[in-house]
Amino acid sequence: MSASELISLDAAELARRIHAREVSSAEVTRAHLERIEAVDGPAESGVHAFLHLDAEGALAAAEAADRAIADGAPASPLAGVPIALKDNLTTTDMPTTAASRILEGWRPPYDATVVARLRAAGLVPLGKTNLDEFAMGSSTENSAFGPSRNPWDLTRIPGGSGGGSSSAVAAGETPLALGSDTGGSIRQPGAVTGTVGVKPTYGTVSRYGLIAFSSSLDQIGPCARSVLDAALLHEVIGGQDGNDQTSVSAPLPPVVEAAQAGARGDLAGVRIGVVSEFSGEGYQPGVLGAFTDAVRVLGELGAEVVEVSCPSFGYALPAYYLIAPSEASSNLARFDAMRYGLRVGDDGGHAADEVMSLTREAGFGAEVKRRIMIGTHALSAGSYDALYGKAQKARTLIVRDFTAAFETCDVLISPTTPTTAFPIGERADDPLAMYLADLCTIPSNLAGNAALSVPCGRSADDGLPVGLQIMAPALADDRAYRVAAAYEVARGADTAPRIPELRALETTR
Amino acid sequence: MTVTVDAAPYTVEEVCERFDPVMGLEVHVELNTATKMFCGCANAFGAEPNTNICPVCLGLPGSLPRLNGTAVESAIKIGLALNCRVRERSGFARKNYFYPDMPKNFQISQYEDPIVFDGYLDVPLDDGTTWRVEIERAHMEEDTGKSLHIGGATGRIHGADHSLLDYNRAGVPLIEIVTRPIVGAGVRAPEVARAYVTALRDVLRGLGVSDVRMDQGSMRCDANVSLKPKGTSEFGTRTETKNVNSLRSVERAVRYEMGRHAGVLLSGGTVTQETRHFDEQSGTTSAGRPKETFADYRFFPEPDLPPLEPSRDWVETLRAGLPERPWERRARIQTEWGLSDEELRDLVNADALDLVADTVDAGAPPESARSWWVSYLAQQANTAGVTLPELAITPAQVARVVALVAEGTLTNKLARQVVDGVLAGEGEPDEVVAGRGLAVVSDESALTTAVDEALAAQPDIAEKIRAGKTKAAGAIVGAVMKATRGQADAARVQELVLERCR
Amino acid sequence: MSDITRDDVAHLARLARLAVSDAELDMFSGQIDAIVDTVSRVGEIPDDVPPTAQVVPQTNVLRPDATEPSLRRDVALAEAPAAEEGRFRVPRILGEEL
Ligand SMILES: [Mg+2]
Ligand SMILES: [Zn+2]
Repeated sequence: MSASELISLDAAELARRIHAREVSSAEVTRAHLERIEAVDGPAESGVHAFLHLDAEGALAAAEAADRAIADGAPASPLAGVPIALKDNLTTTDMPTTAASRILEGWRPPYDATVVARLRAAGLVPLGKTNLDEFAMGSSTENSAFGPSRNPWDLTRIPGGSGGGSSSAVAAGETPLALGSDTGGSIRQPGAVTGTVGVKPTYGTVSRYGLIAFSSSLDQIGPCARSVLDAALLHEVIGGQDGNDQTSVSAPLPPVVEAAQAGARGDLAGVRIGVVSEFSGEGYQPGVLGAFTDAVRVLGELGAEVVEVSCPSFGYALPAYYLIAPSEASSNLARFDAMRYGLRVGDDGGHAADEVMSLTREAGFGAEVKRRIMIGTHALSAGSYDALYGKAQKARTLIVRDFTAAFETCDVLISPTTPTTAFPIGERADDPLAMYLADLCTIPSNLAGNAALSVPCGRSADDGLPVGLQIMAPALADDRAYRVAAAYEVARGADTAPRIPELRALETTR
Repeated sequence: MTVTVDAAPYTVEEVCERFDPVMGLEVHVELNTATKMFCGCANAFGAEPNTNICPVCLGLPGSLPRLNGTAVESAIKIGLALNCRVRERSGFARKNYFYPDMPKNFQISQYEDPIVFDGYLDVPLDDGTTWRVEIERAHMEEDTGKSLHIGGATGRIHGADHSLLDYNRAGVPLIEIVTRPIVGAGVRAPEVARAYVTALRDVLRGLGVSDVRMDQGSMRCDANVSLKPKGTSEFGTRTETKNVNSLRSVERAVRYEMGRHAGVLLSGGTVTQETRHFDEQSGTTSAGRPKETFADYRFFPEPDLPPLEPSRDWVETLRAGLPERPWERRARIQTEWGLSDEELRDLVNADALDLVADTVDAGAPPESARSWWVSYLAQQANTAGVTLPELAITPAQVARVVALVAEGTLTNKLARQVVDGVLAGEGEPDEVVAGRGLAVVSDESALTTAVDEALAAQPDIAEKIRAGKTKAAGAIVGAVMKATRGQADAARVQELVLERCR
Repeated sequence: MSDITRDDVAHLARLARLAVSDAELDMFSGQIDAIVDTVSRVGEIPDDVPPTAQVVPQTNVLRPDATEPSLRRDVALAEAPAAEEGRFRVPRILGEEL
């Protein structure tokens, strides 16, 4: 089996062949390491999805998986399959930086719960992927170590904050990756790279070991090239964890089963609501065109598609840019040069307080500083009620809109993001323009319900990938998987290749 | 104008001619749980630096707090013991400020919804009256680490060259107990302050939820003091005195601040709102560094911990398990046993109250139980150089000895030998009696024989007795006691001797 | 506008322990003013709407009071910028001990 074939296969198919011993996990792992070698660098012009690679560790894990399979005792259905980890997840065997200078080279003494579960399930961690610093951004341009690039057009952004994970999956550098979604950081990169990205119901995947950005919104989830692959990974990482007291005791929804059922292509009796607020001004015609086609396809699958209005969703963006910075201003206070990480100005002259300020000034990028200051402002005595307090009320209204909509609909749909991948640098100096990329994804973070993005063809404007967002009620993630899997099959493959021919694109240097 | 120098303190009496003192007391108590508030690290005093730390209490990126159930129960128990209401729904909040001894640069605390609130404590004063101190709230929070300041004046923060941090204490469970303003105490304000902290300490010790060692910092008191000019209703500016590490210091600190405030105000100055530090040696307070701006802690709900909704059943189960309040128990015992005030005080001071009570519960009459513990056993403890509770004898064993005396098996002299045997590890009292063969000889015929032998051995004395010189009987009694190795009842022997000589 | 001034931003930077440069102050004050102005829209929401701080369906999640292994000290100190005598070494601390 050729390396180029191996890197284009889905995780489920790779797992089948590895478990049938048609190919070894070591071969599969080597193929992906070679692909990374070929297309990821150099940082200035390659995909630059990875901040850290662990080829040795990966091959060791692969050989361990091969041995277990030879002994007839694979650890899980995905045992032996390679995976990439967003670099805001703690790992004992690789540095964890959150793409920030302030944590450069930090070696955590513990594994995140999801990482421990991956290892226990016999998956093969390849390395750590790039992100906007502390997951604050929609393009990876806020990474202290340089942006990642969209495999479909290396001059464009791969989305963010999880652009590293999504571009790695899209580029065939890994079949699977983990991301974290606070306002759309799994779904929006999935949409603009033509991959699947899932934000599970809040509390169904443990956050222990995820470097907190906004604790009440953060949720870890799968990145993959197929809905079934995402579901298989979802079941490995999901479920209650004593190390995260916000993780829910309810059983994980049967997402694999739902993906398999959906793939049989029947949505008869399913009511799908199109959120009317998410269209019109600011939405690219090509995006709306692809979305309209998706609505038609869903109808052909037997689903009943209706319009629903969620009037309070207009408050989602403002509420998000108050709540997330507020929590971040507190979560990031621990980076103070006292116990770990960067220390600047410890020359005997400066006191601890000054060293804290000098270190944070030198170690944080502009967007992180902006959000810390906005959050500090929103929580201060003078503006708490008018800003943070009102944002919490907005959150209540958004929860109510979802509740009402889900009384009449099984799932809600919208474009995942208003535009396709924009050119690197286009919005770098305009925070507000950048924030618009998360317009459609933020409500599900504020309400905590499940939402995913599934590829929905290409924009007629620029031929770039468009994403379809499917939102389901809390703890009903399986509904979104069922609809996504059905749509995935019905839409059929793109005319574009499964993964891009990146060698050609290297000339764009 | 502002008077910055400390004016010479006035006496409390002088102060109260012109002002009414107003106090607010904040007490921080470290719980004696096995683990910390939000992680499984040991909650232990005096361990090697940084040996009880983990990703959670070190605030490492990605770590999350895990609330300790026992700490929550202790908080509720404390609230119930202080007659507080338990909030149906409470939660944690983050108190944000930067300080190197605080790993996350925020403290997980409670803000608008403390777990218990709105209670009171009836505090016994020296003259036997009680003073009701109203409790505003008690809430849960986490302790900070400890800094060691190197260079400059040793251990002092000012002029230090650098500091060394130990995070063993970071995350230790704290309960902060806050009183409502204490008004109207007048000249007794300092005493009320001391009496309140004393009573609080006793209650918490009775609950067994804390070591309440002020010297080790497991109980810490901050005293807020302000003066209200007589006849006005406006509270004056308050100062908060920290670092008050003993019950006596609480009283002294309040007295000093009252005098100092009066000095400032009477010399036309204004009191500055500030944190002050109490100096144990001089008994005075000194100003801390004035805060550049008023502290804005930017409290907001802790997103990593779900809310608390203690069920009625849970609360009532805890309430049912509450012990009697220490001073109420003492009062009950005093009347039940008919003890004089100093008899009671001796028991308390000798740490013998519980021992005597348990001995009584084991069936001994209060009077004999008490006399055993405060006299003979106290002497033994003394010579052994141990405290009464440490003595190797249980209240049940003492009660058994008392019973053996009551039933006539032992004389008091023999009883002491039995106790010595128990202390020497010879087993239960009955085993010692058997082992040492200490039971009283009450076999009449055996005694009569012994008497006859003694009389026969000393015919001249026998003669004197027969002649009516009954005093001479003593010698015969002595001989019999000697012959029975002291196990005869001397009074009975005396009777027998006189009978046989009739 | 929400009128966040350059001085306000300087104050926020101090509170947040960020030694921002003058150039940054110029940039940030404009941006933060614009952002706060936009997000202030939530002010329209009536006060009688209850707040939502969390979307966790559970209450009373408690951990048993049983000790678990702590970090080895050398491991905990390995990532410290400076350590001495088994402790974290930090620059001199101004202000009172809390
Ligand atoms: Mg406190
Ligand atoms: Zn710990």
